[in-house]
Formats: sequence, C-alpha cells, structure tokens
Amino acid sequence: MIQMFSVSMTYNAEVRVTALSDINLHIRRGEFVFIVGPSGAGKSTLTRLIIREELPTKGQIMIGGKSLLRMRAREIPYVRRKIGFIFQDSRLLMDRTVYENVAFAMEALEMPRNHVKSRVPAVLEMVGLKDKINSYPHQLSGGQQQRVCIARAVVNDPLIIIADEPTGNLDPDTSWEIMSILSAINKRGTTIVTVTHDREMVDRLKRRVIALENGRIVRDEERGGYQSET
Amino acid sequence: MRLSSMGYALRDALRSMWRNKFMSMASMATVAISLTILGFAWLLVVNTQYLTTVMEAELEINVYLKDEITRDQAVQMKSAFAQIPGVAEAVFVPKEEGLKSLEERFGGESELVRVLGDSNPLPDVYRLKTVDAEHVPPAAAAVLGMPGVDDVRYGKGLVEKLLSLTQWLHMFGVIAILAVGLAAVFLIATTIRITVFARRREVAIMKLVGATDWYIRWPFFLEGMIIGLVGALCAVLCIFVVYSQLVKNITMTVNFLPVITDSSVITSLYQTLLLMGASLGALGSAISLHRFLKI
Repeated sequence: MIQMFSVSMTYNAEVRVTALSDINLHIRRGEFVFIVGPSGAGKSTLTRLIIREELPTKGQIMIGGKSLLRMRAREIPYVRRKIGFIFQDSRLLMDRTVYENVAFAMEALEMPRNHVKSRVPAVLEMVGLKDKINSYPHQLSGGQQQRVCIARAVVNDPLIIIADEPTGNLDPDTSWEIMSILSAINKRGTTIVTVTHDREMVDRLKRRVIALENGRIVRDEERGGYQSET
Repeated sequence: MRLSSMGYALRDALRSMWRNKFMSMASMATVAISLTILGFAWLLVVNTQYLTTVMEAELEINVYLKDEITRDQAVQMKSAFAQIPGVAEAVFVPKEEGLKSLEERFGGESELVRVLGDSNPLPDVYRLKTVDAEHVPPAAAAVLGMPGVDDVRYGKGLVEKLLSLTQWLHMFGVIAILAVGLAAVFLIATTIRITVFARRREVAIMKLVGATDWYIRWPFFLEGMIIGLVGALCAVLCIFVVYSQLVKNITMTVNFLPVITDSSVITSLYQTLLLMGASLGALGSAISLHRFLKI
C-alpha cells in the first residue's frame, strides 16, 4: 500500500537540515502501524511525504502502486482521496456544525447531495456522535471533536488513514476510545498509520512499530512495544 | 463539474459574501460607479456622434457668385466645384429660384415681395455638400479662392467645435473607463483576497481530502462574478432611470436636439455593461487566486 525506497529529505534552509535519510519502508494493505520516536525524528515529515505535501530530495514513494514522484499535478487530488488524515488539533471548521464538517469532505469530492445526506449520519453513528449531529465543535469535548475528525477522515472510504498524534491532547480513557474506533476501522480493511507519543497505547495494542531517530528507521518490529525490549 | 458541485460552490460564494458583507458591498459600489460612468460616457459619445451625423446631413456650403458672372459661366463652374476634394455634390441655385423660395417662405403677398417689385437683389448661389463634416472648412477655403466667387458661408466654428467635442469626449471616456475600471478590479481582487484568507482552513482541508483545484477555485470565482454582476445591475438601473428622464426632459424643452431613443442601442449597452461587470469580477478573482491561492 505504502512503499518507500531509499527516501531522503533535506530542507535547504540557512543550514541544511536532514529530516529523513535512506528510509526503506513497506506498509501492506490492512496493516495497523505505529510510528514512534522523539520530537524531530522525522515522523511528521514522513506523513507529509505520504500525502505528497512535499516531495523527497531523493528516493521513490509509491502509494497503491503509483509513484508520487512521477505524478502530474492534476493527479494529486486523486491520490489524496485514497488517504484520510487525522490531526492532533482536529482542525474542524468552527463555524459549521458536526454534520457540515463531515459533509464538507464529501462535497469537496463532488458527491451528490442525496449521497452525502445518507452517508454522513451513518459515519457519525459509527463514531458514536449521532446525537451531536447539529452541535458546533466548541460545544464538544476534545474526544468528541477528535471523533468528528475521524468521521471526516473515513467518510470518503479511504484505503489509508494517517493519524498524526490523534490522542495527543486527550486523557487516557478518551485516548483508548479513539484508538478502539481506529482499530474497528482497521478491522474493515483500512490501512492505518498512527504517529504517536503514547507509550502505554503502543505497548497495550501490540501492533507493528516503526521507530525513527534522527531521520533513520532504528527499529521495525511486528507486534512491538514503544521501546525496544532488548 | 457536476451540477450539485455548482450548487455547493454557489452556496459557499454567498456564504463568504455574507461574512464579508461590507467589503462585498464596497466592491459592488465601485463596480456600479465605474460602470455608470462608463455607460454615461458611452451615451454621451454616441449621442454626440448622432448629433454630428444629423448636423452633417444638413451642413452645406453656400457659395455666392459675383454679379458680373454670366449665366453660362455660372453653370460651367459646377464641374470646377465638383473637383474640389471632399465635395460630394454641387447644386446650382439661380437667383430667380432663390427669390421664389424666398417668396414661398414669406408668402407671395408679403410686404417684402411687394417692395422688391420686379428687381431681384439675390446673387446666384451654389450649394455644396461635402462627404462629411471634416471636409467643410478646407473645401470652403478652396472655393473662396476661386475666380467669380464673391463669398462663402457655412456654419463656421460650429463644425470645428462639434468635431473637437466628439474627439475630446472619446478621450475622456476612455480615460475615465480605464481609471475607474482599474479601481473596480483592484477592489474585487482585495475582497477575494480577504475571502481566500478567511477560508484558508477550509481550503487546506479541501486540498487534504483531495478536492480538485477547480473545485476549490470555483466559489471564489463565483463570488467575484456575483459582485461584478450585482454592481453592473445597479449601474444599468441607474442609467435606465436617469437617461429616460433626461430624454423626456430634452424632447420636451429643446426638441430640436436629436437624442438616441432607439431601444436596441440602449439594450445592447445594458448587455455590454452586465457582461463587463461579470468580466471585471472574474478578472479581479483571477488576480487574487493567482497570487494568494497556491494550490
């Protein structure tokens, strides 16, 4: 599903900053992957490369068998449709209701109105927010906002979900709720890549863990923990 | 683009216009003002042109021949007049005919005709018509230099004034239109820029979920075009009310002044203004989108 071959990324600021160097990675369809590592290890750069917000300085990236580097500009939106994104700070539109926030993502893909009308409530029910459909984001708790964000990410049925610290601002119980929703989505076959600092979560879920440090992959373990057991 | 997407775009355009209502109104007002000026300038130009053609059709050079010219000599001068550049037609009016038309004008039994008796004080006259008004002054000068010509009369001064007025109006019109049109485009561009800024979060999310570039651009384009169109509509309304009142007043008070009332001319002006409003709006949006909406 996601393949990276010798990917390097350097930012040419006043000083050359190497964010990623020589990354080789293969995430298969239906996997649930944690990406862990200290701040500045290159986790966010990795996610930005996957959604082609940036292009790598070196190497090749394939999403669903398509090269992101050889892609024409007008093809980019269609790759992004395969990917749902969840942020730490949920990034909801504050002047729109929960329904409108989720519908917005479908409208952006030019879905017909009646399709939007039937799909949005179904997705909101899945994340347990059916009764908040007409609330505004500021009327919701942090965990509820994050669930709206998940609904928005899955409403277009993406093949991959990238979650950048989805539980970063939440208490342990709420974090667990969010993670179980993501696990449920994963069980339906969606590939999930989660960037996280949440040690307990990673240790508890026992999924594939990719650890980054100074822009390199230092560990890639199936059913791993937050830290190396050795 | 799907029809339902057009609906989304229209809804978003109206939503952000409402959110920025003062800026939107200011832009509409600028478009309205600039197009009103444009409309009136254009009406002024076409009306003076109309006036010129009407007057040109009536404009002629009266050439008075000297008394000592014999009838034969006078008739022969016709070919000489016809050769002057710009002269379209030369009509000989012998003095008897001149007297006759005078009698007709004042009535055969009038005091004037009685006083004159059998004598005829009128000279032989040539009436020259030129191709257009511009040729009147040089043709008149050429005729005056010819032997046998006593005097030349035409609406001297009036023709020149009329011509320079039309030219001046043309120039004024073009400059005014350019200046105010530019202001309108600039203001629309600013409005759209503010809208783009206000909607940057939405744009970012749209990009992230994979909206096409055109889906993202459309609402902004529509917003600019709606602003332009509404402005143009105000201008058309203003021109319609003022011009029809003006025409009514002119025909009532100075009815010798010819004004254009042909509805097809006026309608095409309105259509042009509406089209220009939409184009100004689209242009303003395009400038802002190009500069501020990096997709």
